Amino acid sequence: MSGIIGKKIGMTSIFQDGKSIGVTLVEAGPCVVTQVKTIEKDGYTAVQLAYGDKKEKNTPAALLGHFKKAGATPKSKLVEFKEFEKALNLGDSIAVADVFVEGDFVDAIGTSKGKGFQGVVKRHGFSGVGGQTHGQHNRQRHPGSVGACSFPSRVFKGMRMAGRTGGDRVKIQNLRIEKIYPEKNLLLVSGSIPGAKNSFVILEK
Amino acid sequence: MSDLIKFVEAESKERRTALPAFNAGDTITVHVKITEGNKERIQLFQGTVIQRKNVNTNGETFTVRKMSSGVAVERIFPVLSPSVEKVELVRKGSVRRARLFYLRDKEGKAARIKEDKKFEDKAKAAPAAPKAAKAPKAKAKA
Repeated sequence: MSGIIGKKIGMTSIFQDGKSIGVTLVEAGPCVVTQVKTIEKDGYTAVQLAYGDKKEKNTPAALLGHFKKAGATPKSKLVEFKEFEKALNLGDSIAVADVFVEGDFVDAIGTSKGKGFQGVVKRHGFSGVGGQTHGQHNRQRHPGSVGACSFPSRVFKGMRMAGRTGGDRVKIQNLRIEKIYPEKNLLLVSGSIPGAKNSFVILEK
Repeated sequence: MSDLIKFVEAESKERRTALPAFNAGDTITVHVKITEGNKERIQLFQGTVIQRKNVNTNGETFTVRKMSSGVAVERIFPVLSPSVEKVELVRKGSVRRARLFYLRDKEGKAARIKEDKKFEDKAKAAPAAPKAAKAPKAKAKA
């Protein structure tokens, strides 16, 4: 696996092979290698990448030491990639073009937009009651029955109900990289990516 | 809009500015590329522009309405679409709004649009204006 950390910029559309496709702009990298994990020392191989500048006064002393070891300035997002395809050393900097080429299929991971407390129709895709008539005067978007009667006398665990929606880690698989602008650290990924603008996005291959 | 989005969309600027300047109310002919099997041919679609949407972005489209043997046909063309071969401005219309959806409720004589006869004068005046600024200098030299 290999990947990179970036920031979602927004969406636009381009024409590819005569078809209009929606693309998401991701400003990704350059990332700094802040830790290299090895089997001897950590029991598995992985590479920790850092992205996004952060003020020194807002960084805990322990983290400052961690960045100092790699010779990097304080960064705001740290992500570990297991079994990174490229051999990297502490303090290395990787850009978009080092990891991806145009036409690659990647998975995008982001934190979806928070929607607050939502009902079952929005949260779980229930269809609601389905009509206003037949006595349904005040329950168009209600969940209906949540269980049986004296057996089992309780509601099963995991029953889908209303609650906090969004703000979850979401992964969208198999998005095509349509274009790379190495000089701008910019990627065009087909389709949409979870999260708000300026939120962190992890792209992995 | 983010600068990076502008940067990406600037690539299509050439294509967007290659089209003649037309607005809602104008009559245009769109040369549409049509592929049938391996053959490619050009079909003409002439009608009135009733709206332009998402101007100056990659998603810009324009809607052309025409009466085809008594049936109204509306087609939406993306400006960047490679199937739009060419656009010709046929007649400049004079209208007061940007979206001419009221034409859908009108037929025959009521659906006419006044011609913008001043347009040619305006077109002449527009390029002439910057020249006029330069002209006195030239005269001064002479």
